[in-house]
Amino acid sequence: MIETLGPLGAIRVGLIVAFTLLGLFFTFVSMTGVLRLPDVYSRAHTASQADTLGAGFGLAAVALAIGLEGAGVKTVLLLFFIFVTNPTAAHAISRAAFEEGIVPWTEGDDRR
Amino acid sequence: MTLVDATVAAGYTVGDFLLFAAAGLAVLAIGMLYRAVKGPTMQDRVLAVNVLGTNTVVILAILAAALSEPTFLDIALVYALLNFLMAIAISKFTVERGGVL
Repeated sequence: MIETLGPLGAIRVGLIVAFTLLGLFFTFVSMTGVLRLPDVYSRAHTASQADTLGAGFGLAAVALAIGLEGAGVKTVLLLFFIFVTNPTAAHAISRAAFEEGIVPWTEGDDRR
Repeated sequence: MTLVDATVAAGYTVGDFLLFAAAGLAVLAIGMLYRAVKGPTMQDRVLAVNVLGTNTVVILAILAAALSEPTFLDIALVYALLNFLMAIAISKFTVERGGVL
């Protein structure tokens, strides 16, 4: 029962629901971008931005659900790790694509 | 009585809600798998697998909270590390083949 948790518990449950839904939404945005954008550079852009935000919201919801204990601290560390490494990995992949000689998409190009 | 057992709406607890969210993320992961299969370039596939890996980490963390199994968080941490290492190693390997990597 939500009433036994007090007003702070109710706020926490609301935040968990909101963060989970936001995480689902941004992961959906990221999936749409990875599926529909025309070349590897634009896909790297959506993979580094929308997906990092989606993962951040999802992990924030998990950290709120677990609370102030060892596992919760681990979740926050995981969140920071994802925030640092995900854009770095996308950057490295798009640099590798550029060195391979993949031409960036411009208007009129009908690649999919 | 923990927070995961608190009711959100219509008899569903926070744990149930988190499980539904994990199912939704798994469905989105199937969509991303299409790009990993189709390509067309190798970097596209690496990027899709990287995004899939991040998604898997979030699913593992959500399952850790919903099922009250903190061990899953360690698995998620290792998975995130390996995911990052995979992306860096493959991009390094394709650019300077014959070097250190």
